Amino acid sequence: MKKETKQLICVNCPKGCRITVTMEGEKAVEVTGYSCENGKNYAMQESVCPMRILTTTVKITQSTLRVLPVMSEKEIPLHVWKQAMEEVRKITVQAPVSIGQVIKEDLCGTGVRLIASRSMKKV
Amino acid sequence: MMKKYYDAVVIGAGCAGLAAAVALKKNGIEDVLLLEKDEETGGILNQCIHNGFGLSAFGEQMSGPAFAQRFYEQAVSQGVIFRTGVMVTKISPDKTIVCSSMQDGVVTLQAGVIILAVGCYERNSGAIAIPGDRPAGVYTAGQAQKYLNMDGMMVGNRVFILGSGDIGLIMARRMRLEGAEVLGVAEVMPYSNGLPRNIQQCLIDYDIPLYLSHTVTGIHGKTRLTGIDLSQVDENRNPIPGATKRIECDTLLLSVGLIPENHLGDACGIPMDPAIHGPRVDESYMTEIPGIFACGNGLHVHDLADYAAHQGTMAGNGAAAYLKNGENLSHKISVVAGNQVGYVVPSYVHTENVMKTAELYFRVKQPMEHVEIVIRSGEKVIRRMKKDHVIPSEMEMVIIAGKMLEGLQDDLIVEVHA
Repeated sequence: MKKETKQLICVNCPKGCRITVTMEGEKAVEVTGYSCENGKNYAMQESVCPMRILTTTVKITQSTLRVLPVMSEKEIPLHVWKQAMEEVRKITVQAPVSIGQVIKEDLCGTGVRLIASRSMKKV
Repeated sequence: MMKKYYDAVVIGAGCAGLAAAVALKKNGIEDVLLLEKDEETGGILNQCIHNGFGLSAFGEQMSGPAFAQRFYEQAVSQGVIFRTGVMVTKISPDKTIVCSSMQDGVVTLQAGVIILAVGCYERNSGAIAIPGDRPAGVYTAGQAQKYLNMDGMMVGNRVFILGSGDIGLIMARRMRLEGAEVLGVAEVMPYSNGLPRNIQQCLIDYDIPLYLSHTVTGIHGKTRLTGIDLSQVDENRNPIPGATKRIECDTLLLSVGLIPENHLGDACGIPMDPAIHGPRVDESYMTEIPGIFACGNGLHVHDLADYAAHQGTMAGNGAAAYLKNGENLSHKISVVAGNQVGYVVPSYVHTENVMKTAELYFRVKQPMEHVEIVIRSGEKVIRRMKKDHVIPSEMEMVIIAGKMLEGLQDDLIVEVHA
């Protein structure tokens, strides 16, 4: 089968390793340029279906700020970002909130939870 | 009520200031006061809701607010005294501090040591002098970030971004997620100024074009921005005649650099290093005024909050050593930016009684591959290391064992060779 190489930049950490993945059709057969296991796994995944942590905000009432920062607890497929944002936009929470608190159980069918990424007091 | 005297006063409760206060307490310093002008601690991290924080400090993927919260909790458990809503208006070489707050009015304090952890500010539209009108819709990227991530307000619908600094890239993604059309990012240099991972996850992921060797040469609109002129530039960064196109947009975000905030330090007479726009410091992060220290983005602009916090810890350790042992009066040598190096922090190092390690932070002047970094004093090579690639947007840090500096006479030169 024809081999094809993909150049990637790892997004796991700010080091930004430049990784080369050799693809045989839909399958990654060789990965070079990574400097940790996370990087290798990232490259394997990235060449098939890019996954990202989603960070955004939801509306919050009775707090000092008007929005609460939230993030997906794990990576979700990059391509679902629009649907995920539509779901998130409908959410309003009430203060107080603690960091790590589950804001939504299943983010647009991915099975990944949306959690608060800071605590916010009630005023 | 605040007391009249504190062993240590840290100004600024961003991650550098919080980490410095924690380090002071861990070193057994009794009274550590942390002053913050905002109503809550955390500084600019509170608006940086994206992840990628904490990997080097805690080995975790955290948001900015979560990262700040972790340091805050450490500071609370260490017994740091907090005062928020307090603006420091003046510091003096004798380490008196004048500050004002709603609660206490104008108060003068005396400190044993002062640590400046005052952060940085953004270069704004005035600083880059784009010709054209002055309509609404032109924001610095950080300002738009605060409106969106803390106040829940969108600043526009059709957005163009000038400057490929990390905040600009992160705001490109953030505005796109919230439903704006992001038309592109222009960078005057032939390479990006942001971290490579941010080019990937903020621009490429969302098909946002990056215009390298391009700048904004015109701003149009009477009351609200209606469009900008995007021009290609030559190698001297001058617009190429005829290579200009109009882009219709209602918002222009500027991500054109950060500058350490040094009004307090300047007014106090602390000598500054023009290459970093921050104070000249030694390896313990003490400025040239004994007992006044500086760290974080108020010293020089870091790529990562993790590094700014780490520097806060080091400055806290340095300040604690000063309180316990007094000033290190040993011979000092200058640290010099040599071949291909834009700047180095610290500005000088002591050659006796140096702490266990000294850190050298520097940036290269241009992207280079397969380089050798050499640190030498005269002909004596202190450290030599190889790197596959170096770029100006990625700060380099080299750690040197304190004992390597002992007895050195000649300037310490940091240089990079292809």
